[in-house]
Amino acid sequence: MAYSLKEIMNRPERITGGHRMCAGCGAPVAVRAILRALDPEDHVVCGAATGCLEVSTFLYPYTAWKDSFIHSAFENAGATISGAEAAYAAWKRKGKIDETYKFIAFGGDGGTYDIGLQSLSGAMERGHDMVYVCYDNEAYMNTGIQRSSSTPKYADTTTSPQGTVLPGKQQYKKNLTYVMAAHGIPYVAQTTLTANFKDIHEKAHKAIYTKGPAFMNVFAPCPRGWRYDTPNLMQICKLAMDTCIWPVYEIEEGVWKLNYKPKKKLPVEDYLKTQGRFKHLFHKQNLHLIEELQKDIDNKWEDLLKRCGEA
Amino acid sequence: MAIRERLSGNEAMAVAMRQINPDVVAAFPITPSTEIPQYFSQFVANGEVDTEFVAVESEHSAMSACIGAAAAGGRAMTATSANGLALMWEMLYIAASSRLPITMACVNRALSGPINIHNDHSDSMGARDSGWIQLYSENNQEAYDNFIQALRIGEHDDIMLPVMVCQDGFITSHAVENIELLEDDKVKSFIGEYEPDHYMLNSKEPIGVGPLDLPAYYFEHKRQQAEAMKNSKKIILEVAREFEKLTGRKYDLFEEYKLNDAEIALVIINSTAGTAKTVVDKLRANGVKAGLLKIRVFRPFPAEEIANALKHIKALAVMDKAESFSAVGGPLFAEIKSTLYGTADGIKIVNYIYGLGGRDVKADDIETVYSQLSDISKTGNIGETYRYIGVRQ
Repeated sequence: MAYSLKEIMNRPERITGGHRMCAGCGAPVAVRAILRALDPEDHVVCGAATGCLEVSTFLYPYTAWKDSFIHSAFENAGATISGAEAAYAAWKRKGKIDETYKFIAFGGDGGTYDIGLQSLSGAMERGHDMVYVCYDNEAYMNTGIQRSSSTPKYADTTTSPQGTVLPGKQQYKKNLTYVMAAHGIPYVAQTTLTANFKDIHEKAHKAIYTKGPAFMNVFAPCPRGWRYDTPNLMQICKLAMDTCIWPVYEIEEGVWKLNYKPKKKLPVEDYLKTQGRFKHLFHKQNLHLIEELQKDIDNKWEDLLKRCGEA
Repeated sequence: MAIRERLSGNEAMAVAMRQINPDVVAAFPITPSTEIPQYFSQFVANGEVDTEFVAVESEHSAMSACIGAAAAGGRAMTATSANGLALMWEMLYIAASSRLPITMACVNRALSGPINIHNDHSDSMGARDSGWIQLYSENNQEAYDNFIQALRIGEHDDIMLPVMVCQDGFITSHAVENIELLEDDKVKSFIGEYEPDHYMLNSKEPIGVGPLDLPAYYFEHKRQQAEAMKNSKKIILEVAREFEKLTGRKYDLFEEYKLNDAEIALVIINSTAGTAKTVVDKLRANGVKAGLLKIRVFRPFPAEEIANALKHIKALAVMDKAESFSAVGGPLFAEIKSTLYGTADGIKIVNYIYGLGGRDVKADDIETVYSQLSDISKTGNIGETYRYIGVRQ
């Protein structure tokens, strides 16, 4: 069936309004978009790593989740959901349950790229029928904007502050989507929020309904950490795609496919200038750093084009 | 008819797991508990169980997967030792506070460092405040029996807590001894079906597990958890009585060995109780009124009952196979001393740290302890209460 934004948006929400996530945050928008990709008759068990999403949607005695939900700790959303999926598999084998359940773990980049990487890798390698979704906002936002291995080079965070000697974080962002692709799992996707939500919806549907493990990396801006005006969320996601700093692509059974190629690839400045975390790069003495970032983006984009057969 | 077998302690626990046929076993290899998931994965490979065996990449993930499985509504179990238990630490507390009756075979081993694969109790003693019920086992029979009873205890409506069944690494985990097993169907009918009130795979009532719990409610939740632990003493005894009807094997909160009329006594945990019983017999033959109290249930701590059982003792040695580095004695010593304070103040009580890192504990060592107790009893002089036995000075 062809994608219909109207039909999709009319589906009942699986996460209610009234949660405590910030205005202009990409994470709840991403989570709702992913949950809309579940067939309405199917049940789901969702899990989350400790982080903004968990503490803001599940504060005792309230929950924003209409489906069963589990949080246990920071570094183990993959393992925790894999256990729930294992219990379901055993019940299916014993004929103890009829309904269809799906299993989705959510984690921020801290819980996914860093402290939860081992747990995620293990769960994916073991082949559980589950989806792991990283909402990547490029720093430890819940504890107050500390750098993670996902934070881009030269971003200003509270543990990679720009100072008189150092212009922000000193390392490049880890390419986690490549790391997950190297696991050889059935489905890996990188996406973000687009105007019609088609890309994230279709990828979520594939991820959920592909048998076996699937991983989605969703670029999800954070207004507090990145320092942008909350209405600019969608514009920043668009610029990330158009500057190729966050290309959207997927790897299905080992086949790489680029899902969006900008007609005109924009310079990285267009993206950097929308966010306070990069403000210092526009000081005269730092302009060469922007050139360095541009070169890195160009190289990585070329590499991706080759992998996707687009070069 | 019960089945007479010859099994190691590890195999006995793995057989109990097979008979229980849980929904999920998630485990990671670590000496000396490795054999348990090995045996169990063979049961899975042979189709002898319906269990989903989750061969996790770490003990932290083992406990996390057990938490996910138990919250989903399944029976979940694991096995570990020493550093594996330490890596689970964070999740032990979360399993208990989430009120998930997970069962663990804990094969006691010295906790690093330095790294050492042999037996002492530093692993499970360190986990004593994690909110798990702890049952200790002198031999393979007790390990098997405790493991089966653990499900009934942890899954009881008034309890809903995880249970750790401990036995001594190598000493009982790898030693093959005679054992009496229950038939599979008897185990199944004894444990029954696990039917939690609330679970994630209930489409009629989806639930949330593990919320952010701030000062408005956290305290009440901890109070409820403590209440469940208090309630568990009664349930442990009820389950033991039912198990005795089935097997003829009697279990209590602790075992009293020739303690009734004893003047000097030891309090001891796990396999060394066997060695100590031999020494008691020898001393009794020589007219010495020696006895011992072997702890089966360390959490909840049966303080009142222990105080009652020990109140007539003149000199008492508390044997700790773990250091706590409090600089005043081991963890069992602290419990026993606090138990006796105000209830049996006349007892002269000393502590011995013994057998760390698998140092052999011989009958001679235990005899030395009893002989020092006799001296204390006669002279009334306690001297140093924080003692070591079997260590080079």
